[in-house]
Amino acid sequence: MAYSKKVIEHYENPRNVGSMPKDDPAVGTGLVGAPECGDVMKLQLRITEDGVIEDAKFKTFGCGSAIASSSLATEWVKGKTIDEALAIRNTDIVQELALPPVKIHCSVLAEDAIKQAIEDFKRKRAVREAEPAPAVKTGA
Amino acid sequence: MKSENGERRIYLDNNATTRCDPRVVEAMLPFFTEKYGNSASRNHGFGWEAEEAVEKARTQVAAVIGADAKEIVFTSGATEADNLALKGVAEMYREKGDHIISVPTEHKAIIDTAKHLESLGLKVTWLPVDKEGLIDLDELRRSITEKTILISVMAVNNEVGVIQPLAEIGKIAAEKGVLFHTDAVQAVGKIPIDVNAMGIHLLSMSGHKIYGPKGIGALYVRRRNPRVRVSIQMHGGGHERGYRSGTLAVPLIVGFGKACELAAEDLSSGEIERVRKLRDRLLDGIRARVPESYVNGSLTRRAPNNLNISFAYVEGESLLMGINDIAVSSGSEDLAHTSIRFGLGRFTTEEEVDYTIERLSGIVSRLRELSPLWEMAQEGIDITKVNWQGH
Repeated sequence: MAYSKKVIEHYENPRNVGSMPKDDPAVGTGLVGAPECGDVMKLQLRITEDGVIEDAKFKTFGCGSAIASSSLATEWVKGKTIDEALAIRNTDIVQELALPPVKIHCSVLAEDAIKQAIEDFKRKRAVREAEPAPAVKTGA
Repeated sequence: MKSENGERRIYLDNNATTRCDPRVVEAMLPFFTEKYGNSASRNHGFGWEAEEAVEKARTQVAAVIGADAKEIVFTSGATEADNLALKGVAEMYREKGDHIISVPTEHKAIIDTAKHLESLGLKVTWLPVDKEGLIDLDELRRSITEKTILISVMAVNNEVGVIQPLAEIGKIAAEKGVLFHTDAVQAVGKIPIDVNAMGIHLLSMSGHKIYGPKGIGALYVRRRNPRVRVSIQMHGGGHERGYRSGTLAVPLIVGFGKACELAAEDLSSGEIERVRKLRDRLLDGIRARVPESYVNGSLTRRAPNNLNISFAYVEGESLLMGINDIAVSSGSEDLAHTSIRFGLGRFTTEEEVDYTIERLSGIVSRLRELSPLWEMAQEGIDITKVNWQGH
């Protein structure tokens, strides 16, 4: 199957590959897909108090289109507010990367990963707001 | 080897098909434009020279498996030979029994033909293979009943190159008075095959897996001790002693004959040992550079040209995309393991093997850097225990 130039470009030079500490309260993590489906995407966002995504990292197990979709997603969300990032649609990714119909699920995964990472961040923030004093581990 | 547009291309898919040897092509050429007679034409020189060429090829084909030329039936390929063997025996020996024994790791030409016979009311026992890919001979012995007419076990597996214990199967078949068919497509020219020493009654072979042309193959049908018969699957002019009607594809048969002659030479000249050394070089190179890579199937009981390796935590399509100048075959993906089949051959060079090791190890480590599963595995997380939200 022929890949588009953009997919090949992201596959060969993926942007923002890496990981951030999961426990960091400023980091939201999205982990979507499953090994048996052939695609697993991990997308992490570092978000400021004002809700601006200041950094994004990803790791993807999957085909070239899955790698390209997640690489593109990290590029797009950087510098955006949470709400702007949530407005990214998988169809935008399909269009940008010229994904064929059989690869649309890769873009869906990338959209899901963004949403899940933001949800994770929001959940952490909600927990923090509920208990303003940082929880101290008792070791019990 | 360079492609038409000058880009480098390496062919390591010789289990799928092979490049036609130039010596084979040279042998075939006169039979298209000069010696184009019908080998069944009995009353002129065109026919005679075609017939002579076919009979020479028949001798060459027979020789590579230790058979007699009269025992070779030319077919369009091994798929047809497999069909003729299974359907032909099932029909011919219906009075004697209705039970066939085969193996789930056979080629589809056997599996689907056996399933078709099942749909017609025959019974098929599928012998399991162990983790090395080998059948259990005791299990085979136990599976044979009074109604068993045929055991069909491939000589060398097309995916993992594993060699089944042919002589032992032949011995059991002889003891029990059951016919033994083997699909030897991947075995000819790779390991010594002797139909008499191995007690083989029927054997399928193919031209294009041994540097011959596509579209030609043969079924060996034993003529004595015991005399084996198969019922006709292709009716018509009574060619090939009635077993397979249809004007013979003289140029292809000539090429197939030459290919068999060269395949026999590979075994005696040391060529196949050269291939084995290259295969081992590839394996050693990959093992040295790529952690968590596993050989599929037995390494000791394996054809010298095949290597099948799984790479953990790397997805198949992205792996092939990274080595798109190297032609290999990607097998099943099993829980984040991708298996790659390397089929080396007569035209494979050491330089190509070294390049492959370099490219492959580079791409696997790059994809693992990208792989969240690799990262989890390094952190000691068992990915089978993760609650994945599949889609």
